Amino acid sequence: MNNLLSILVDILSQPAILVAMIALIGLIAQRKNVSDTLKGTTKTFVGFLVIAAGAGILQGALAPFGDMFEHAFNVAGVVPNNEAIVAMALTEYGTTTALIMFFGMIANILIARFTKFKYIFLTGHHTLYLACMLAVIMAVAGFSTVPLIIAGSVALGIIMTLSPAILQPFMRKLTGNDNVALGHFSAVGYALSALVGKAVKGKKKPVSTEEINFPKGLGFLRDSTVSIALTMIVIYVVVALFAGPAYIEAELSEGTNFLVFSVIQGGTFAAGVFVILAGVRLVLAEIVPAFKGISTKLVPNAKPALDVPIIYPYAPNAVLIGFFSSFVGGIVSMAIMAFTGGVIILPGVVPHFFTGAAAGVFGNATGGIRGAVAGSFVNGILISFLPVFLMPVLGDLGFANSTFSDTDFGVSGIFFGTLANYAGPIAITVSLVVILGLMVGAGLFDKKKGKSVPESK
Amino acid sequence: MKILTVCGSGLGTSFMVEMNINQILGELGVTDVEVNHSDLSSATPGDADVFFLAKDIAEGGAHLGNVIVLDSIIDMDELRAKVTQVMNDHGKI
Repeated sequence: MNNLLSILVDILSQPAILVAMIALIGLIAQRKNVSDTLKGTTKTFVGFLVIAAGAGILQGALAPFGDMFEHAFNVAGVVPNNEAIVAMALTEYGTTTALIMFFGMIANILIARFTKFKYIFLTGHHTLYLACMLAVIMAVAGFSTVPLIIAGSVALGIIMTLSPAILQPFMRKLTGNDNVALGHFSAVGYALSALVGKAVKGKKKPVSTEEINFPKGLGFLRDSTVSIALTMIVIYVVVALFAGPAYIEAELSEGTNFLVFSVIQGGTFAAGVFVILAGVRLVLAEIVPAFKGISTKLVPNAKPALDVPIIYPYAPNAVLIGFFSSFVGGIVSMAIMAFTGGVIILPGVVPHFFTGAAAGVFGNATGGIRGAVAGSFVNGILISFLPVFLMPVLGDLGFANSTFSDTDFGVSGIFFGTLANYAGPIAITVSLVVILGLMVGAGLFDKKKGKSVPESK
Repeated sequence: MKILTVCGSGLGTSFMVEMNINQILGELGVTDVEVNHSDLSSATPGDADVFFLAKDIAEGGAHLGNVIVLDSIIDMDELRAKVTQVMNDHGKI
């Protein structure tokens, strides 16, 4: 009997098996036939193992980078990349991540069902990444086993609902309707960009970015493999030049020329991300459609919160302006960090491209060109400095040469981490109950005043 | 027959369009079409018979061959019209 129990525990503590079972539940709930169910379950299982394999590749490429950076500048250099940090964290926190993701999606559905916040967060990879970060933070805060999963799931469900909610006023202005929300955990940066846009627009009617002719040709940066490889190679080579050939060839590359070594390591980083993305795609392929199908049945008037590129077509020029401006913000931040000491957050092209572009679109919507430039510049500074304060609350993972890049990860992580530092799990539990109470209360308040909850199609 | 949806990272947008195409195929009553999603780097011309991608990466995906470009990735009416057209061309309906 004990033997059987220990086998069961062994099975359930394997995250790959766990996510496969979540997919299996989803497929059965959708009444798929046997072959589709078998196919989907197996792919999810393999997908998780692919992520773990990618983590190995990434760690191999990041470890010498950390050494080189420290040797060259005497401080730690960090490359913010969600895929890198998640893949590394999953080796230790895989089981709790899978459970928090599963119950967090249920929490999202329940919150959307019973409060006035009707947002269903459908950007699956961000759900997975945030589940992972919460698993780490709640564990560092002192939660364990069942309370850890409950606290993480409730927190995830709240953030999945609130992140689209704070952006919706600006989404309405941008898209002209209230049917679609934005599901991307950078909402704080986007909302700030829109507010900055409002502040700088001046008295005259703002000139939109779309009224200027702008050279195209940076579209290749949308290909994430290309942009990651190019930037990592550049960053690697620059750091290698500072660290010097003697140190690298003696300590790290086993005699291989230091520049050749750097180019290969930069490329290897991109290869690792490529593999991890393939794994994430396999893991989510069955879980997200099930979540979508179940939530539309259970939540009337649900608004789907979708991935960030949905807003790019509204202002293609602002996408490019926003990327540049955000990246400049990242470089300025890096310079400030170099003067003040401590860790240095290197500007990653991927976060600056995807979130800077969106910040540009929102800034343009409220403040025209000036808004796009200023708003995304502020976004660039935000995504550079938030990781500095996020890393200490991540425990051992804070020293992994990589960290989470987007603003909502930073804001929510710092929020829960700081609470934990003051009063541990109790503070987090109280805060979750209070936030949930406020969200339920917001709907009741509206009803008392005779206002109806805004209807949507 | 195979359809592949493509976007920059192959995670969010392409996945959403895939789910919407599946929904439309269901409405049309077409069952023998396989829909998948991918990132721009991984997609090759042999992967599918028809490729759906958004306007902003149309240039980067031009090499794929039979490419359908979507002006708006959240406009179900546009997607429905284009999917229906493709199904007509391939004799599925």
